[in-house]
Amino acid sequence: MVNGINLALQFLDSFAFIVLAAAGLAIIFGIMGVINLAHGEFILIGAYTATLAVTQLGLPLVVAMVAGGLVTGLFGILTERVIISGAWPNWVSQRTLGRDIIEPLYDRLADSMVATFGLSLILTQGTRIAYGNSIDGLSTPFGPIEYGAFSYSTYRIVLAGVSIGLLVATYYLFTRTDFGMRARATIQDKETAQAMGVNTERMYMLTFGIGSALAGLTGALFAPVVTMRPTLGDQFLVESFVAVVVGGPSVVLGTALSGGVLGAILAVFSNLYGTFIGRIALLVAALVALRFLPDGITGFIEQLQKRRQESE
Amino acid sequence: MSTDSAHGEANSSLPSRLRSRFEGPNTIGDSRGFWVGFLVAVAALAVYPLFGDGSQLSLFMVLALLGLSLSVVWGYSGVLSFGQVVFFGIGAYTFGVVSINFATPGGITAAVIAGIVGGGVSAAILGYFMFYGGVRDVYVTIITLVSTIVLHTFMAQTAGSEWAIGEAALGGFNGMPDIPLLTLGVGEASYQFIYNPFPMRIIGIGAVEISPFYYLVLALLVGAYLGLRALVNSDYGRVMVAVREDEDRTEMFGYNVTRVKFVVFTLGGALAGLSGVLYAARNVYIDPTVFSLLFATLPVIWVSLGGRKSLLGAVVATLGVEYLRISMAGELALVLLGSLLLVTILVLPGGFVPWVHQQIVEARLGPGEAGGADAPDASSEVSD
Repeated sequence: MVNGINLALQFLDSFAFIVLAAAGLAIIFGIMGVINLAHGEFILIGAYTATLAVTQLGLPLVVAMVAGGLVTGLFGILTERVIISGAWPNWVSQRTLGRDIIEPLYDRLADSMVATFGLSLILTQGTRIAYGNSIDGLSTPFGPIEYGAFSYSTYRIVLAGVSIGLLVATYYLFTRTDFGMRARATIQDKETAQAMGVNTERMYMLTFGIGSALAGLTGALFAPVVTMRPTLGDQFLVESFVAVVVGGPSVVLGTALSGGVLGAILAVFSNLYGTFIGRIALLVAALVALRFLPDGITGFIEQLQKRRQESE
Repeated sequence: MSTDSAHGEANSSLPSRLRSRFEGPNTIGDSRGFWVGFLVAVAALAVYPLFGDGSQLSLFMVLALLGLSLSVVWGYSGVLSFGQVVFFGIGAYTFGVVSINFATPGGITAAVIAGIVGGGVSAAILGYFMFYGGVRDVYVTIITLVSTIVLHTFMAQTAGSEWAIGEAALGGFNGMPDIPLLTLGVGEASYQFIYNPFPMRIIGIGAVEISPFYYLVLALLVGAYLGLRALVNSDYGRVMVAVREDEDRTEMFGYNVTRVKFVVFTLGGALAGLSGVLYAARNVYIDPTVFSLLFATLPVIWVSLGGRKSLLGAVVATLGVEYLRISMAGELALVLLGSLLLVTILVLPGGFVPWVHQQIVEARLGPGEAGGADAPDASSEVSD
């Protein structure tokens, strides 16, 4: 019985971790066709901003976390303008050289990977130069809850709630609002969307900003429970990539489903055999999933639906 | 761009027949000037240890083999692999395990072969799993990235004494020390390549000691470069490039795209395995950092900077980037490396060497010996 509670809590924890780590990446990848290898460093920016806002400026934790998300979102918009779309460098070069010097990285998967990897090297090392190998962390709020012989951090349960809330909010934003409709129109057919009056440039910029803000918020939320060092993004990067590719083309549903499946695998194997085997099991499960479902879970569901419609 | 007709066929028939194997639309440098420059560059590398630190350059050349393996897999066949270091590391560990267990000249020679086969077979298994399973494009990249991380996680925890293969303990983060010195041959007819300086007298310089390992690596690098050049300019190479440009169309023409990718991936794995064997042999040591994320991305950096569609670019950029990385050791090294990568991919998506080549061709419009300055450029880059 008690072990059942342990397992359930561990599942919630893994689920929250995977969903939060993947959400920002899934939006950027699913909508813009850009692989952001600097995703871990966007999480880093959020975590450092929140932590420094509390320790240096004395802001309340919740305000600091929102600030972490906002700062990262603005940084994301800057990244999009300068690197991904090259709009600002091209504006300058149009006036000095009379031609564009940067071709946008949209849907150039390999190039966007290499470029954002360069960015990630700069951000990690820049953080190390500016703040050293670690900074003082925050203490975990809320304290533990006790049950039987065990105790568990309340904050981690709160994180699970927040992750579900974020999923719902993202789902609402992309399916029920005018902005979401324009964004999805941009993914589906850029030219037609433009012809219908959608400013696709602006959509890309805002989407990248929202994805970055989610990454920053993830970093801020995990700031009290991870060690504050310049490489903290690495521990999120792998799980987020795995979750996104296992999830498949549908951004929100895919992230939720892969968070559920991979979270369950991670929780069960970690509980039974330790965290190392849990991690290996997660990665192997992802390899097997990609081998048999090359389009991810939601791609597989879409195929099933199509087949059923055809047979009717 | 051939200048042979101008100079007459009769007196250059042998060189031009030799050259024709290595020339074609898939590589740059098809002129006599290029090959003269190439010979000058190789000669410069050959005499370099007399003046500079040959031991460090031998490491860079070992890594250049790794760069070449990615260039042929990514640049020529369109499969972006973050997993070349997997095959590199498996080659290195296989060499270590076999040579520690059979520390005789014959055993060490067998260990070299085992390392290359290990790299090739692991690439074949992963490639079969991916390409015959219908995994494509970016998902191949992600799977190779995940494989790297799986191996890093796995090898890092093999510190316990239960993780030993025969005499060879894997050693976890501490790595595997005491790898026997690289010796090729059997019994008496063998030669030790590491820590066995070869004394020579050179007129004008005096007595010098040269490292046989350096020349072994140089010969292998030149051989691999020329071999891959011949491959990519062969009929099979043209199919590889067709797969890179458009998989569906190539399939429509009746080529087995899956098999081409599988074969090239396996070949790339074997080459990476060879590079790993030499890496372990040179350092007499191997540890799991070869599977780390930074090391896994280094080949991608080299190949992107040099020009992914250019074998020469991969070699030049590997030597150049590694030289920069070592010489600007310090806090700003990674920042500069990241900026270099970012600016190059944004401004010169095709890479540095093809850009230089194009500048030279444009500067000398006409059937001159365009492209000739490429190779001297390479030599100046490495002998600085």
